[in-house]
Amino acid sequence: MISALSSHNQYRGTYQQPNIFGYYGKFGGAFIPEMLHRNVEELKENYINIMAESSFQEEYQQLLRDYVGRPTPLFLAERLNLNHTGAHKINNAIGQVLLAQRLGKKRIIAETGAGQHGVATATVCALKGIECIVYMGVKDIERQAPNVARMKMLGATVIPAASGSQTLKDATNEAIRDWINNPNDTHYVIGSVVGPHPYPDMVARFQSVISEEMRWQLKEKTGSELPTHVVACVGGGSNAAGAFYHFLDDPRVRLIAVEAAGHGIDSGMSAATTQLGKPGILHGSKSLVMQTEDGQVTEPHSISAGLDYPGIGPLHAHLFDSGRGTFLSATDNEALEAAFELSKLEGIIPALESSHALAALKQLKLSSKDTVVLCLSGRGDKDLATYMKAMKK
Amino acid sequence: MSRIKELFRRKNNKILNIYCTAGFPQLDSTLLVMKALQNSGADMIELGMPYSDPLADGNVIQASSAAALANGMTLHRLFQQLRDFRKEIYVPVVLMGYMNPILQYGFERFCADAATAGIDGLILPDLPQYEFETEYGPIIKKYELDFIFLVTPETAEERVKQLDSLSSGFLYAVSSSSTTGNEKDFAAVEIYLNKLWEMHLQNPILVGFGIKDKATFESACKQANGAIIGSAFVKTLAGKKNKDIEAVATDFINTIKE
Repeated sequence: MISALSSHNQYRGTYQQPNIFGYYGKFGGAFIPEMLHRNVEELKENYINIMAESSFQEEYQQLLRDYVGRPTPLFLAERLNLNHTGAHKINNAIGQVLLAQRLGKKRIIAETGAGQHGVATATVCALKGIECIVYMGVKDIERQAPNVARMKMLGATVIPAASGSQTLKDATNEAIRDWINNPNDTHYVIGSVVGPHPYPDMVARFQSVISEEMRWQLKEKTGSELPTHVVACVGGGSNAAGAFYHFLDDPRVRLIAVEAAGHGIDSGMSAATTQLGKPGILHGSKSLVMQTEDGQVTEPHSISAGLDYPGIGPLHAHLFDSGRGTFLSATDNEALEAAFELSKLEGIIPALESSHALAALKQLKLSSKDTVVLCLSGRGDKDLATYMKAMKK
Repeated sequence: MSRIKELFRRKNNKILNIYCTAGFPQLDSTLLVMKALQNSGADMIELGMPYSDPLADGNVIQASSAAALANGMTLHRLFQQLRDFRKEIYVPVVLMGYMNPILQYGFERFCADAATAGIDGLILPDLPQYEFETEYGPIIKKYELDFIFLVTPETAEERVKQLDSLSSGFLYAVSSSSTTGNEKDFAAVEIYLNKLWEMHLQNPILVGFGIKDKATFESACKQANGAIIGSAFVKTLAGKKNKDIEAVATDFINTIKE
């Protein structure tokens, strides 16, 4: 089956690119029911070619520049919080919606946890005049009311996911079920580097603009060719995938992924998947999954809805498994402290997700020679209710 | 000869396969439901192994899975319940479920325990062709279990042939592109089934998703060897006590077969 003529990497993959079956080391693949086969296959056959088309690149780059506001500045940290809609999620949403248009799709569906990806997708659909349906867990709808209002104002339909634990995992299940039921006209915009191949690779490519900018900005500002460390928070892992992307296969750069420890790794209220998960299959790919001994997926906990996911992208599972990435974690309280510290010291109110990356800086043994780039993936507007509660304490 | 092959050799039309969820409606209902189905005339049973995230299932089966898990159902318990089931149940039984719980149990151990218990085949909707061929298929074969792939109206002809050649026992034709299925466009279903029928596949065809009563069952059977009823039956079991199961199952099968 394996032709001697094919390149080795096609079957082995690199850190940056999965092999042709979508595997990063042991993780990845496309564990999907036959009902999704044609859609996923269509995407797999076309995404690389469409993304390489000059008309696609022109439109994508123009929107990133003139609509999103890229490049985002590098000011002690890569400031994606200045992106339109407030986080990195829009890089991927634009890419996938443009791709969906080229595949002739008329209807966009998405899942969302904190609401950032839902808002980003609803935004791009409003811009492009495409129908947008966002699945969101009933519990998340309650705790992220401003983002629900934003999506509705942007013309999207928000459908509550009432199954299972009623959070991101279940919103993802519902979106996948929608796609099964609407196989012809619909594209599913997954918000993170999770899901069946080719989603993890496709989303990582759309987010790779983060490390692309980082590289030339760093050179411009410090003269360094490379950072010594790149630090990013990881739920599913899309901002981290983008921040790591152009450094993945360069061992001189240390890649630091920060997971949400919630109340503490061993508290039973945590979302630190690499610490607590075991190899398993969730949402169409093999990765590390938080689950019971019987293989039932468990409900994670994090103060930040964007990190509150019981899995992790297969790329990150491979970075963890191979030792290429360093995985740290920060608790709810540590993240809150870091958010207040950054606000006071630098005048930047970060998203709770990004605050986990900030909190982990203290755990790194850094010297004055190190050049550390941290991905400040989003801004804190959406988390004001949580911050206000913390201020009262 | 496998129990499934034996069944189709004896009877090759109007095969009635009924789906039920293990550990539902009560934890110890599994065998009672299977016995009631067999005794009232089901030709085959598809036994669902509950999972927290059943992607391909609609509301009714999702709810039954959640209830079974809340009842305490696990694969360990299931194999305990199935230890002596072949003393009473002679119809073919296939297990349907998702990969994750099986991987945690141990894939080979799962196949070994299923074969020892007397299970005939497996339907694992999220085990795709590539992984089946390279990793899991040989283990399934080693334990002489049949493996049933799904095909849908969206599955290209070439691929239907491939999946048919990899399947044994029967081929599962999903009637329409859906999770729960419905018969809103049964004319389209008939065209699709006719196309499958004329491909002269090596396996018998059972139609599933959206088969819910006598009319849809008979319609599906016109161009297939039989059909699978899931949600419609599971719905009737919801909230029932063990003592009511026999009557509920008998009444249901009677409405299909009368």
